[in-house]
Amino acid sequence: MRKILIAFLLVGAACKPEAPTSNTVPASSGTITINGAGATFPYPIYSKWFSDYNKVHPDIQINYQSIGSGGGIKQLISQTVFFGATDGPMTDEQLKSAPGPILHLPTVLGAVVPAYNLPNLTADLKFTGPILADIYLGKVKKWNDPAVARSNPGVALPNLDITVVHRSEGSGTTYIWVDYLSKISPEFKQKVGVATAVNWPTGVGAKGNEGVTGMVRQIPGAIGYVELVYALQNKIPFGAVQNSAGEFVRASLDSVTTAAASAAANMPADFRVSITNAPGRGAYPISSFTWILMYENPTDKQRARVMVDFMKWALTDGQKEAPALGYAPLPKEVVDRELQALQKIQL
Amino acid sequence: MRRSADDRLFRLTTGAFAAMVLVIVVGIGIELTRQSMLSIQKFGWSFWTGRTWDPVAGEFGALPFIWGTLYSSLLALLLSAPIALGIAIFISELSPRFLRQPLAYLTDLLAAIPSIVYGLWGIFVLVPIVRKLELLTPEPLRRLPLFHGPPLGVGMGTAALILAVMVVPFSSSVAREILKNVPSAQREAAYALGATRWEAIKVAIGYGKTGIIGAIMLGLGRALGETMAVTMVIGNNPQVSLSLFTPQYTMAAVIANEFTEAADELYLHALIEIGLLLFVITIVVNLASRLLIWSTKKRAAELVVLASPATKEEIAA
Repeated sequence: MRKILIAFLLVGAACKPEAPTSNTVPASSGTITINGAGATFPYPIYSKWFSDYNKVHPDIQINYQSIGSGGGIKQLISQTVFFGATDGPMTDEQLKSAPGPILHLPTVLGAVVPAYNLPNLTADLKFTGPILADIYLGKVKKWNDPAVARSNPGVALPNLDITVVHRSEGSGTTYIWVDYLSKISPEFKQKVGVATAVNWPTGVGAKGNEGVTGMVRQIPGAIGYVELVYALQNKIPFGAVQNSAGEFVRASLDSVTTAAASAAANMPADFRVSITNAPGRGAYPISSFTWILMYENPTDKQRARVMVDFMKWALTDGQKEAPALGYAPLPKEVVDRELQALQKIQL
Repeated sequence: MRRSADDRLFRLTTGAFAAMVLVIVVGIGIELTRQSMLSIQKFGWSFWTGRTWDPVAGEFGALPFIWGTLYSSLLALLLSAPIALGIAIFISELSPRFLRQPLAYLTDLLAAIPSIVYGLWGIFVLVPIVRKLELLTPEPLRRLPLFHGPPLGVGMGTAALILAVMVVPFSSSVAREILKNVPSAQREAAYALGATRWEAIKVAIGYGKTGIIGAIMLGLGRALGETMAVTMVIGNNPQVSLSLFTPQYTMAAVIANEFTEAADELYLHALIEIGLLLFVITIVVNLASRLLIWSTKKRAAELVVLASPATKEEIAA
């Protein structure tokens, strides 16, 4: 009995590698596989894009590992992947350590919202940047603090301790959040600073957007920052944030695209720009691009041509899929400039 | 002649496998040291005692993580050891025959649950319960350092609880096997001397003491390295505190949390040095438990030597 089993396993093992080769032999000359790695935030839309693109071009297979922005940058620099992806632009130092010039290509936009758990509160809260900074510095400790009350006239704020929830792991979401708070508050910039993981002065760390959402749900009086997509999907209340024009804006796909459009005017040529606290009416202040990273002069010209073609598709037809998945599409100005920038890639 | 050649070949092959373990362990040590050189050179011993973990400023100290790992594992051990032992005793000594197999199977099954599932259960079930308990804690008790801090539900206490649950099946399975292997002559002898059931069980436990300590230490090893479930409920805030209520952090958790996004060289090296510390601490803890087992074994042997002449005299009498 045992011998039969072993024989069976051996046959199975011997067959396994053959099966796919025999399938792909006719197409193998034309099948192109491209590997990429990076940010987790855009993973849902990237995987949709890659699978849709594969339906139109069955001979092209793009694989994406969502290992985190830092990992994506590292792998791109060590050239173990063909393209990277990140939620925060690469630093000058990182660009210098790469073997060649790297192009930043914004793909979609995301936003981060302050979600909270205040039982028996029906009105939506309004936050100013300084209040959020002081809460995350541990200086504002109670929900009925006069500073919170001032921007929420007529709201009966409870005498409840504020429990700060932040991400425990390094994350692009954290980067966007602290980037905004550092722009608003010099004290926050000096004490905490901007990075994907920081030394939080206060609060509880939870893993992932789902961890923060879960924790905020569980603890009355909690406040946490989560991606807009998660807040909408989980129907968790989140507050409006005051933008640089003085308006309180609730995050929505429109207000995020507006922020990008108003920032596009001062967009640097390399697209490495933070659009938090963007100027202009109707702009949601805690928004950000997410980027795909590519070498300007890739050695593999065949893959480069495919990737450029894919990017052109993603920036035009692909954008239509963004809203359904909770991402804000790029404003037209940015798309136009990117299509031009794609010509820099030497094919 | 041929037979001895076979023997030699067999010994060489198995010897090579055993040597592989040694090579791998030493290799891990060397590689961890090599990859954390930047941080070792910059911080030296102060890495062990530093309390600041600031990736932005490039300042790294591991004390809160070391403390969190040791403290949570120790608490988990205190909670799990009596329960694991109780389960083992019930299954091997007291349980009705028809319940024995299913119970043993179910405890073993607990060990097969992935830790992420324990973690999610922790967030959604255990955390609210713990918070309710924390809210019920009377004010005078809250002044003690052990129960200080706001009642969040996430923190050291919850982490220790979840670790204990995860450790119990490991310790109890091994302890159960040990008790099962205690020769029935031991129990029969105890009964023959007029021992009650409880006294007979005590004799069996005494006989298997070394193995039972080993079983509990196996649990400690598991608790030291556990990552996912702990990081989901411990609160991930690097601080050194005795309180069960405060959010803290462990070494395995900080590596899992921050490794993917650590793009800066020094930051990466500091994280790998945490891995090195965890490696060293695990070795030290394992050595200590070996020593403990070894010393109880020796004491047990002495007892047997002491006891045997007496029995002979008794027999003679």
